[in-house]
Formats: sequence, C-alpha cells, structure tokens
Amino acid sequence: MQITVKLFALMREKAGTDTIPLEVPAGAALTQAVATLVCQYPILEPYMANTRFSIHMDFVDPETILAEGDELVLIPPVSGGA
Amino acid sequence: MFRVTTEPLSVQQVNDLVKRPTDGAVVTFDGIVRNNFDGRAVRYLAYEAYAAMAEKKMAEIGAEVQQKFAIGEMAMVHRIGRLEIGESSIVIAVAAPHRHAAFEACAYAMDRVKAEVPVWKKEFFGDGADHWVNQN
Repeated sequence: MQITVKLFALMREKAGTDTIPLEVPAGAALTQAVATLVCQYPILEPYMANTRFSIHMDFVDPETILAEGDELVLIPPVSGGA
Repeated sequence: MFRVTTEPLSVQQVNDLVKRPTDGAVVTFDGIVRNNFDGRAVRYLAYEAYAAMAEKKMAEIGAEVQQKFAIGEMAMVHRIGRLEIGESSIVIAVAAPHRHAAFEACAYAMDRVKAEVPVWKKEFFGDGADHWVNQN
C-alpha cells in the first residue's frame, strides 16, 4: 500500500523534499515505514531517535498500524515560542 | 483564538480578544526575537510550522489550561516565516477574574507550547552560518 511521509525543518532540508511517497506492506507498522524510509533516505537516519510521529494531526505511537493513504508526519524536536 | 500566521502580530489585538467585564486581569506574553544565542550574534530567525497540527495543539493546550486554572478566555497566535530582531514570534493572552490564575496559566501555556506544538526555529547568525534549534 502507499502512504505519504511529510518532512519539516532540518529533515526536509536534508532530504531535499517535504513529501515522500512510500510503498509499504499492507498492515505495516509505523516502525516498518520508518525503516523503509531510512533505507531510501539514509541521510535521515541520525535524526530518527529524536523524532516523534503524527497521523491525522495527533502524536502516535511508533507501533501504530498504518492504513492505505496515511500521511505520516515526522516531527523533530519542536522549538516554537520565543 | 488559536492561530498560526505569517503576518506581524499585534499584542493589543490578541489582548483585546480575551477581555470580558467579569475578568479583572489579562496577562499577555509577548515572545520576542532575540539578537543572540549562546553568545553568538543572531541576524534574524525563520519559523516553520506544521500549521494545521500546530493550531490543533494550541487549541488543545487552551482547553487543558482552562481545566487547570480558574481563567476566562485565552488566545494564542504564533507567527511563522522570517522574523527580524525585536519582532514578536508568539503572543499568548489569558484573562481571569484574578491575576494569580492569569499569570500561572500564561506561563504554563507557554511551557506546553515549547513542548508540544510543531513549530521549528532556524537561527541565522551574524557570521553567515545558520542552524535549526535542537535538531543537530
């Protein structure tokens, strides 16, 4: 099945894109998608330990099972405010 | 009101949004772009957001703060894009019947924003270097 990975900030710059379509097995967990992503974009690997994940605008557990068409957003450590 | 915008912020406008006749205090936090970081001169900043989620998270923080403190209305606006030194990056206004709750709620809300709202800051230094805060 196909999902979409969205990138922001440093990871967006490192990957050179903010949107990556990703093919993963049906019923794949988020962690599998991240492993696939890192295979295709090894440059993102060092940041994964500090990255949180979001689907449907909520933070989700890495064990979350993905659905066809999900938009998986990678959320690096936030630094908003002042 | 909980918003992400590219427009310059008006502290007065956000402040006025939360005022009600029943509330005797409004505490407004005005977050300012500072000209230094870790002893290095900063020329300007750029903020990037996952705007839809940022607005949702800010609204959730608003609801959480309403539960926790005896306050009235609350509003929060975060600016993104390029910001110059001295400009406001975030304004949080909290109204309450009494000042203590407003002070505490405003400080608490700001701490929550720094932990949970998907906004990222990039600093551009005087020597031409730049970096994303907390990401290397």
